[in-house]
Amino acid sequence: MKIIVPVKQVPEVAEVKVNEETGTLIRDGVPSILNPFDEYAVEEAIKLRDHYGGEVVVMTMGPPQAKEALWKALAMGGDRAIHLTDRIFAGADTWATAYTLARQIKKMEYDLVICGKQAIDGDTAQVGPEIAELLGIPQICYVRHLEIDEDGKHVIAHRETDDGYDVIKAKMPVLLTATKGLNEPRLPNIMGIMKAKKKPLEEIDAATLGVPEDDLGLKGSPTTVRKVFPPERKSGGIKLQDVDAKEAARQLVEFLAKKGAI
Amino acid sequence: MGLIYDKEKCTGCMLCPKVCNFGAIEKDGDKVKFDLDKCVLCGSCEEICPEDAIGIERKTVDKEKIAEYKDVWVWCETAEGKLRGVAFELVTKARELADKLGENVIAVLIGHEVEHLAEFLIHQGADRVLLVDDKIFADYTTDAYTIAMVTLIAPRKPSIVLYGATNNGRDLAPRVAARMALGLTADCTGLDIDDERQLVQTRPAFGGNIMAEILCPYTRPQMATVRPNVFKPSDRDTSCTGDIEKVEVKIGANQVRTRVLEHVKEVVEGMKSVEEADIVVCSGRGIKDPSNLTLPQELADLLNAAVGGSRPIVDAGWLPPTQQVGQSGRTISPSLYFALGISGAIQHCSGMSSSEIIIAINKDPEAPIFEIADFGIVGDIFEVVPAIIEEIKKLQSDR
Ligand SMILES: Cc1cc2nc3c(=O)[nH]c(=O)nc-3n(C[C@H](O)[C@H](O)[C@H](O)COP(=O)(O)OP(=O)(O)OC[C@H]3O[C@@H](n4cnc5c(N)ncnc54)[C@H](O)[C@@H]3O)c2cc1C
Ligand SMILES: Cc1cc2nc3c(=O)[nH]c(=O)nc-3n(C[C@H](O)[C@H](O)[C@H](O)COP(=O)(O)OP(=O)(O)OC[C@H]3O[C@@H](n4cnc5c(N)ncnc54)[C@H](O)[C@@H]3O)c2cc1C
Repeated sequence: MKIIVPVKQVPEVAEVKVNEETGTLIRDGVPSILNPFDEYAVEEAIKLRDHYGGEVVVMTMGPPQAKEALWKALAMGGDRAIHLTDRIFAGADTWATAYTLARQIKKMEYDLVICGKQAIDGDTAQVGPEIAELLGIPQICYVRHLEIDEDGKHVIAHRETDDGYDVIKAKMPVLLTATKGLNEPRLPNIMGIMKAKKKPLEEIDAATLGVPEDDLGLKGSPTTVRKVFPPERKSGGIKLQDVDAKEAARQLVEFLAKKGAI
Repeated sequence: MGLIYDKEKCTGCMLCPKVCNFGAIEKDGDKVKFDLDKCVLCGSCEEICPEDAIGIERKTVDKEKIAEYKDVWVWCETAEGKLRGVAFELVTKARELADKLGENVIAVLIGHEVEHLAEFLIHQGADRVLLVDDKIFADYTTDAYTIAMVTLIAPRKPSIVLYGATNNGRDLAPRVAARMALGLTADCTGLDIDDERQLVQTRPAFGGNIMAEILCPYTRPQMATVRPNVFKPSDRDTSCTGDIEKVEVKIGANQVRTRVLEHVKEVVEGMKSVEEADIVVCSGRGIKDPSNLTLPQELADLLNAAVGGSRPIVDAGWLPPTQQVGQSGRTISPSLYFALGISGAIQHCSGMSSSEIIIAINKDPEAPIFEIADFGIVGDIFEVVPAIIEEIKKLQSDR
């Protein structure tokens, strides 16, 4: 079974702040990690490969340092990696990201593409379904349980819904997005980490990909981020300390009644 | 802009005329020919072509073309024969946007035996309902719903299309966006029209740490998924009138490539949905033992609220997964939210920070949850919550 896993390097979100004067993101010094939802995707791919044979290719589109995310995925057990890296790719929205990744995937053979449910920085959950569409294959999003049918040709997946889950069957090739519950991602061991940097890692730029610049990065993006700003902080929030439980409860209920909340 | 047909690659398999909903493709010898006057560039043929012989270029729309796009659309999701709450919220919001633009609100209703729901959407403020009703739409499937949406959108040219950011909405919208090469803004919490008549889409990113304003300057329609419970639906007005247009969308069974074998409901009997409830009482690790969950349940019952949990509580199996609030659980914005013994990790807060009123009770005065709380009490939940229950009972008996 040939499996492709697109992964993204993300900042550890809790530490990203907005520079209130310039309205830009302060990313310097913020540690980067492999997107947590992509760990589920990598883990599932490795498990399938170990069971059915085949190959796990991890790929990312990102700046040079995004290689670290690939190394992590290789250390977990991926077989080889593809790094789409070029300044022209920068500033891509989800459409341009998906388009770039899909153009590369189209050149490859695959039975499954497994993405994470969403990246914890952009938070859109759009790249997976957009890749599926651009590849012209079906998608099953928010998968938390996966089986391969006895015929070896279909997947049967539990797709999270708003009130539980749907059991969905589709013929491969298919794109899945992985969410919590699918598996327990392994921690790479020392052997894995050492081997990772020796595994094949191919770098591809825009020219090699063979796509006109107009379709890539900022230029190829239909959306633009006009500005970023910090969320409205609740100013003047009330905080009761050293007030006895009864009195605190009385004040709270009074507050809520006044607001018409209860 | 336009359709590109590579005759060399075409094998004459005749799949594309079958899927064209606009009669724009005909057999032409052992190949096909396109009637570009009928073609709306919906992309169905491009999608079905096994040889990549059909391509559609749609990148940018110039200013004059942009002016051709009118009306604010809402995809109105149904579940089990009912409209989801977010449909009403979005029709209300769409009304406000359309009034600013001097355009109409169009509700898109796709499903099976859903015609009776159209009237509710008109009473909510829709000028017209586009109704697509067929057996094939009984279950939500990505393929059938995507075909229906592009078939509706391509010839009618709306300026804006909104989707609820539910699991299905976030599955469908990017698929439509990719097929039509459109921008899509995810999980918006604010929508407005600027001086240039563009849709300004505000959304949280980085786990709620930052807000971003997104525009789609070059392409139409502008599309967004919108977080449920953020916009309040207006009161329904039964004197409102509007028309219902039935649209037939033909879809071959083989165009739907996923099969729903089973729907499994995990909603525990009597447990209210955290996404739909107006008030949510959420417990964290501070609750210590599952047997103590009777305490938040009692508070919730008094307020007709739903009970929720932080991830550790759900992972421990003390509450079902449907009740988890946060990044890997549900994103909610009730009018009132109680955080009982929850520290306020970013992954939790990103799922509830757009709640209207946040109440936090935690014995640690430094807990981050207090930073976003409107009313915080530093104290032991096992003392404070029973006292709150007493006070509310008192209040309710006084009324
Ligand atoms: C504040 C802010 C707001 C934004 N809002 C929007 C918006 O509303 N709409 C929009 O179109 N763009 C938006 N963008 C741009 C968007 O964040 C980027 O396009 C990003 O590269 C991909 O989106 P995501 O992080 O949301 O990924 P998601 O779609 O959430 O990622 C899902 C999965 O796709 C795969 N994946 C994602 N990115 C890559 C990659 N670079 N390489 C390999 N695999 C990948 C991974 O498997 C990942 O788990 C925004 C950017 C910022 C900074
Ligand atoms: C990728 C990823 C996704 C995640 N997704 C989610 C998610 O969807 N939802 C989520 O919630 N978390 C999520 N998490 C986990 C998150 O980081 C936190 O670990 C979690 O939210 C902590 O839960 P908690 O507040 O209940 O527990 P803790 O952080 O342990 O906090 C317990 C709090 O209870 C207080 N307390 C203890 N006893 C009492 C008492 N008697 N009275 C009053 N207060 C008391 C303590 O002071 C403490 O502040 C995710 C993490 C990752 C990495």
